[in-house]
Amino acid sequence: MIPLPTGPVPRRAEAVIVGGGINGLATAVELARRGLKDIVVVEKAYLGSGSTGRCGGGIRQVWTTEENILLAKESVARYRDLAGELGLHTFFRQGGYLMVTEDPSQLGLLRDATALQNRCGVDSEFLQPEDCAKLVPHLNIDNLAGALFCPDDGTAYPFSVVWGYARLAAKLGVKIYIRTELRDVTLVGDRIAGVKTSRGDIATPRLINCAGPWARTLAAKVGVDLPNRQERHEIMVSESLKPFLDPMVISISNGIYFSQSMRGEILGGIGDPNEPHRSDPAHFDTRSQLRFAVRFAKALIDYYPPARTLRLMRQWAGLYDVTPDHRPILGGVPGLDGYHHICGFSGHGFMLAPVTARRMARHILTGEHDAIIDSLSLSRFERGDLQVDAFVVG
Amino acid sequence: MSKRILCRCEDVTLQEFRKAYRDGFTELESLKRFTGVSTGFCQGKGCLVEAALELADLRGVAPADIPPTTIRQPIEPISFADLASLDVPPMIDTMTRPASAADTVEEEDE
Repeated sequence: MIPLPTGPVPRRAEAVIVGGGINGLATAVELARRGLKDIVVVEKAYLGSGSTGRCGGGIRQVWTTEENILLAKESVARYRDLAGELGLHTFFRQGGYLMVTEDPSQLGLLRDATALQNRCGVDSEFLQPEDCAKLVPHLNIDNLAGALFCPDDGTAYPFSVVWGYARLAAKLGVKIYIRTELRDVTLVGDRIAGVKTSRGDIATPRLINCAGPWARTLAAKVGVDLPNRQERHEIMVSESLKPFLDPMVISISNGIYFSQSMRGEILGGIGDPNEPHRSDPAHFDTRSQLRFAVRFAKALIDYYPPARTLRLMRQWAGLYDVTPDHRPILGGVPGLDGYHHICGFSGHGFMLAPVTARRMARHILTGEHDAIIDSLSLSRFERGDLQVDAFVVG
Repeated sequence: MSKRILCRCEDVTLQEFRKAYRDGFTELESLKRFTGVSTGFCQGKGCLVEAALELADLRGVAPADIPPTTIRQPIEPISFADLASLDVPPMIDTMTRPASAADTVEEEDE
């Protein structure tokens, strides 16, 4: 990476970005590349310590809404070149996504999604269960109804991507402060004037909220009420094996996903319908539970019987910053100058951040309209313009 | 200087650990993820303390000032068959779950 500054924060900055995860760091890079000077990123713990570092690292184009498909397509193209751009191995591997269902009533949804993805230029295809077994030998296809396969999708190692962005940001002159808490925001009239941090005050005309699960608390400091709720999701890795599993297998019938990392571990998780939503940071909980390990083990063995003898090595949890329609919140707030949201990714921030950061940086610096940012603005919840993607899994 | 192994499971040398520190990985949590130290089969039982002591040295602080990384379950790797043989336990209500020693670490984490 690159040594990060310690000591007090600068007294002024052209932009303060809150959050040292992928959104904050990618946004810092994109703003700096467009010529903005004096950018400060504040992170209250260490880089990637929030949702980015806890996530599964999946990058997929298999969605059911056009906007998600197009954003993800742009993102896969970005991830292909990202390691060279960042100067750090991202462990990006395009093994494909195999999205399966056991429920025959979901086959229409899979076929329609395939058709829409193809129209958007994504090479996904509908597969019969027998074809799935060719892609993943030993996959139990007895209960499968069908699947959707997208060969270009893949996974990357979230921490490498975060460190790579941090390294590039620092080279471009961005000052990144870890172990630095944002305490308050100063407004003058209807515009951002500065922030108070645990390392001192910064006068700034721009505040960019990339705080993930803590975005709602930060927004409240400037009088904005975000509809986001935080949801704990658990995940695990097994001991390492030689490479044997190419795609990420993901089920829309029971919410399990598993893939093999480039270290050889099986990495996977499963959503839990009993997981409560939280919105007060005092109630956030990222501890692990035996319940997850048992539910995951049962589902994994169901899909992939040879996993019986494999051992679970380590489990952890992270928070999804979930919006009512599971789509991110991007852009500013009318009547509040200099304040921008890049949050609410609902569990899909890692796969979208490289492209949303670029679009947001352009929008912030030029004020140009961007159709995708407009459709993802906070005001959509007032307009009632909600499109829910059917492929939210995990 | 001859090579000294810090983490046997993941084959991390002391020199690699020190280089990572100089490259800006100044947090034990980040050093763990970058070098792989303490993420192997023993889950850090053989190296986490050594790594923390080394980091205290590098930073010039007392060992007590280096909190350990968040301890992850299970204590020993356990087969999926053994886990799958259990009944699914109910969700623990995290609002009423009693605090444990590990929570303090998680707090410092955030």
